[in-house]
Amino acid sequence: MSMLKIEIDGSELEVPHGSTVMDAVNKLGTYVPHFCYHRKLSIAANCRMCLVEVEKAPKPLPACATPVTDGMKVRTNSLAAKNAQNGVMEFLLINHPLDCPICDQGGECQLQDLAVGYGKGESRYQEEKRVVFSKNLGPLVAAEEMSRCIQCTRCVRFGAEIAGTMELGMINRGEHSEIVSFVGQTVDSELSGNMIDLCPVGALTSKPFRYAARTWELARRRSVSPHDSVGANLVVQVKQNRVLRVLPLENEDVNECWISDRDRFSYEALNGDDRLQRPLVRRDGQLQETDWDTALGEVAAGLRKAGKDFGLLAASSSTLEEFYLASRLAKSLGGAADFRLRHCDFSADGKRQGIPWLGMPIAELQKLDRVLLVGSFLRHDQPLLAHRLRQAAKAGAKICVVHSADDDLMMPVAHRIIVRPSDLPGALDGLEEGEIAQIMQSGEKAAIILGNFAQQHPDAARIHASAESLARRWNACLGVLGDAANGIGGYLADLPVGASAGAMVEAPRRAYMLLNTEPEFDVADPVRALRALRSADFVVSLSPFRPGVEDYAHVVLPMAAFTETSGTFVNCEGRVQSFEAAVRPLGEARPAWKILRQLGTLMGFHDFEFDTSEQARDACLGGRNVSSLLSNATSVAASTAGAKAPTIQRVADVPIYFSDGLARRSAPLQKTRQSRVPRAMMNERLLSQIGATSGGPVKVASATGAVEIVVGVDNGLPDGCVRLAGAHSSTALLGAMFGELSIERADDGAGAR
Amino acid sequence: MSEIAAATSAARANALSDASLARIDREIAKYPPEWKQSAVMAALSIAQDERGWLSTETMDFVAGYLGMAPVAVYEVATFYNMYNLKPTGKHKLTICTCLPCGLQGSLDAADHLRNRLKVDFNETTPDGNFTLKEGECMGACAMAPVILVNNKRMCDYMSHEKIDALIKELGGE
Ligand code: SF4
Ligand code: FES
Ligand code: FES
Repeated sequence: MSMLKIEIDGSELEVPHGSTVMDAVNKLGTYVPHFCYHRKLSIAANCRMCLVEVEKAPKPLPACATPVTDGMKVRTNSLAAKNAQNGVMEFLLINHPLDCPICDQGGECQLQDLAVGYGKGESRYQEEKRVVFSKNLGPLVAAEEMSRCIQCTRCVRFGAEIAGTMELGMINRGEHSEIVSFVGQTVDSELSGNMIDLCPVGALTSKPFRYAARTWELARRRSVSPHDSVGANLVVQVKQNRVLRVLPLENEDVNECWISDRDRFSYEALNGDDRLQRPLVRRDGQLQETDWDTALGEVAAGLRKAGKDFGLLAASSSTLEEFYLASRLAKSLGGAADFRLRHCDFSADGKRQGIPWLGMPIAELQKLDRVLLVGSFLRHDQPLLAHRLRQAAKAGAKICVVHSADDDLMMPVAHRIIVRPSDLPGALDGLEEGEIAQIMQSGEKAAIILGNFAQQHPDAARIHASAESLARRWNACLGVLGDAANGIGGYLADLPVGASAGAMVEAPRRAYMLLNTEPEFDVADPVRALRALRSADFVVSLSPFRPGVEDYAHVVLPMAAFTETSGTFVNCEGRVQSFEAAVRPLGEARPAWKILRQLGTLMGFHDFEFDTSEQARDACLGGRNVSSLLSNATSVAASTAGAKAPTIQRVADVPIYFSDGLARRSAPLQKTRQSRVPRAMMNERLLSQIGATSGGPVKVASATGAVEIVVGVDNGLPDGCVRLAGAHSSTALLGAMFGELSIERADDGAGAR
Repeated sequence: MSEIAAATSAARANALSDASLARIDREIAKYPPEWKQSAVMAALSIAQDERGWLSTETMDFVAGYLGMAPVAVYEVATFYNMYNLKPTGKHKLTICTCLPCGLQGSLDAADHLRNRLKVDFNETTPDGNFTLKEGECMGACAMAPVILVNNKRMCDYMSHEKIDALIKELGGE
């Protein structure tokens, strides 16, 4: 490709064809003031702040929208350019309130900053300013002060281009223009918080953070999100040892400049009332506060007594260091430990040739041109990866889906096969020919990607094996998204030890340790897990929160939340990301790695004496090259006949804000649309079969229990399926996330409604 | 009723007539299939011809029909003042009050209209015969003042006499 020569303020440089003056300016590293321009969004050129002088052009031109031509000479701060920029600023400020001291954005406002450089000391405009009414966009994004909006439309373009759903628009024209959601709807995208960062003024602000602090009062600490396998890089903002806000830390390879709303707003749980601040031990049937020595003494005694008959269930979002010490503890005791708590098929254990991973760097997702997504609630499970695939789809990639639900991915889907969960493995085997096979083989860069649902499926190993053979056949890359924030970390710490999470629950043990795990929500089958825990002689739970279900634990140790500990997460592409604590642990809580270290030492085990988490990390990694350990190859037989398929099957997703203890306790996230009490969703055929009415109550029963729940219609579901979210108290009694259900209307036909 | 079911039945209830849909389809056919939404302006006018105005539900329907976000349709419908977002009187008179027209007597003509009809902009006469609207440049600046009747008929050089005649013709006094 030939390059174009351009001269900017006397410096010459070359840029590729199709570059804009703004691109050239950025390449040169100088600055042209701008509002509507954003490198991740399309060009709108509507703020006019970026006007520059171009030789031979009769008028100043907007740098963001002017293509470079060969030999172009641009002056960004000549008198003409400056005059133009000052003029635009004066116009922008005509209707903008000049009351920065009472604006929430004050101190971090691009308009405020640029007004210092390009505005006048005083306004010449004495007339009345226009007033734009506030809007209610939901619990996360505040649109309280829409008079401050400068109509840059960044928020609108973000919705349409990045989130995949245009939830905001600019209505009316000229000085009547305003940003609205369609007739009073809320903004429901799982990426909506990014609009707050994009808004250059104080029009869109963070509802939870509003007026909590000024930007200059906040200390900034780097961190990594514990919510999904992306490992989004975060800036945790702290005032007086309290986390008051979380923002993205730009990392082009991982999260770019975005984070999901779960990454952004879960911090609200960190300062909640149900944080556990002191150790609890059971006395006379009640959990009572005690001191650390007593508590740890009791744990050591309890574990010693159980000996080998010990099981440790660690949250998949535990740090590498926590996993490592947990794994050592289990080994020292001769017991078992695992972190794959929502899985139920462990038959691939011992048959894997490496640690399952994405199969490529995250950024590569965007470059794929053929994708088969198998069993994934992608927008809920890894919102930022959904965005990556959306960008691929926009660039022309063909996305195919094999799944048991037909949720809107907010991107074009070329072909989809929606089947009952029990038919999922068979559906994959059937892909050797047909439309999807044709699509998948017609591209240059194809990948098959297994989502959380595929990994949590009772036939997960078979699904994996089928996908593997399809990938070979199609010359496609096989990727596993990882249903754990730190799944690769778990394997690196040598987990599972002794037995799988399933086996530990199936055959109850005498003693258990729960590491940041709430058995009523975080496991494949809450009913069986609780039964196992209740039958144990001794259960210790390490948790940042007071347990919701209190009756099984004998000791509860307050552990630090992710912002209060140092540690390491390994994301789905195998990137090892360590972080420091942003704040001190709340109350007497301690980082879990320290608790485990102390316990190990107390019990006289070797190799627990780590002074820092870095030492534990280095001991765990042992100088190994992580990328050489990753592989999705297995030796599982591709096809074995499945068991008899139940007539009515459960399809369980983990709704985005029920996924872990932090999200579940974040008040703003719990107020979103995604967090509404789940309904039993089914297609119209099944609904009329059972004679129920949408919106009416039904009784749903499984092998372990029954619940009464409101029914709803989703015709995207396959026949004979009831979609009922997992990880929620209203469905916990049903136990397993997969399997047979029976369903009947609960109103006895009386007044059918 | 679940939302999905509610949305489906609402879409059915708001469907335009087959004749209108056929007209919209002809408009859609003018563009490549992936640019269906280019037909949004035409689709909205056709919908307005049938319904007289564009309710939220009608716009929702058009959005669904063209595969667009509802708010994107709303943007278009609010940008152009040919679209009626509220029911109007039998005759909608839109007078251009943009600068070029304004300099050539259209503000005076607008005052005359208001006095004659005894309504202000965006209002409808009590008998439901006239709605008065302020418009943007109609590309007829040289013939100011200009008045558009029901989006379709353009009247130019609107002196007070011609305005009186127009009102009379349309059944006013
Ligand atoms: S609300 Fe903010 S981001 Fe949206 S258009 Fe207005 S100023 Fe731009
Ligand atoms: S940044 Fe160029 S016009 Fe807004
Ligand atoms: S300004 Fe009135 S028609 Fe152009």
